[in-house]
Amino acid sequence: MKPENELNAQFPSLSANEALARQLAAAFAAQMDPTLEELGDLKTAVSEAVTNAIVHAYPDRIGPVSLRLRRLAGNVLEITVRDRGCGIPDVAKAREPMFTTGGAERSGMGFTIMESFMNSFSLRSAPGKGTTVKMRKKLTGRDQGSRIKDQGT
Amino acid sequence: MQYTSLLQDKRLTILLSGEIDHHSARETMEAITAKIDVYLPRRCVLDFGAVSFMDSSGIAIVIHTLRAMEELGGEVWLANIPAQPMKVLRAAGIEKLVRLGAERSPA
Repeated sequence: MKPENELNAQFPSLSANEALARQLAAAFAAQMDPTLEELGDLKTAVSEAVTNAIVHAYPDRIGPVSLRLRRLAGNVLEITVRDRGCGIPDVAKAREPMFTTGGAERSGMGFTIMESFMNSFSLRSAPGKGTTVKMRKKLTGRDQGSRIKDQGT
Repeated sequence: MQYTSLLQDKRLTILLSGEIDHHSARETMEAITAKIDVYLPRRCVLDFGAVSFMDSSGIAIVIHTLRAMEELGGEVWLANIPAQPMKVLRAAGIEKLVRLGAERSPA
């Protein structure tokens, strides 16, 4: 699917970049007129995906994390977060709620939140090669919002 | 981040603010634990009124606070939770673990 607009960013796996990634996603999504709740959902999902890359993909070094934002037809936002880190040995286990290999400051709820806050979610990982998370969410948008209003009158 | 706290009748209220994510979580946890260790409250209230964003790191902070208060035989309440952090907390079923106060109590 050819995107209507696209943004590619790459940054090192420093935890300070979690906020940067959220803000990039929010700024890119602004053109799609998301509701406040949708904007919160997007920022939360990006924060979870990027934090996973920072905490788990590169446990003992700093490596590259890429964030791709694409606006697709139908006011759908696609978010792809990719790393070149260690990969996930057991993807099914990693997706279980409350499971974490992180420290006390991790809750094990990252994947559960990404899945429930976005419309679609896919996870591909290869040990030693890296992990890619791709998520999509359809945003209400101003046009659709006004159509709903029109139907109500 | 600054952590304002109030102690009244063995009730310790900690006012959280700004964006809560993995980057800030460890520092926040240490600050909360330090206050609990000093004041030994019966109830610890985490006030989310000034929190502008929270991801799943906030869940870990609540669970960490719960463990610290359980050691004292005390309890944890969450107060003034804005919509976005509330959605994250509910995704984790946090209302089964701690008592949630009003979404925003009158001043």
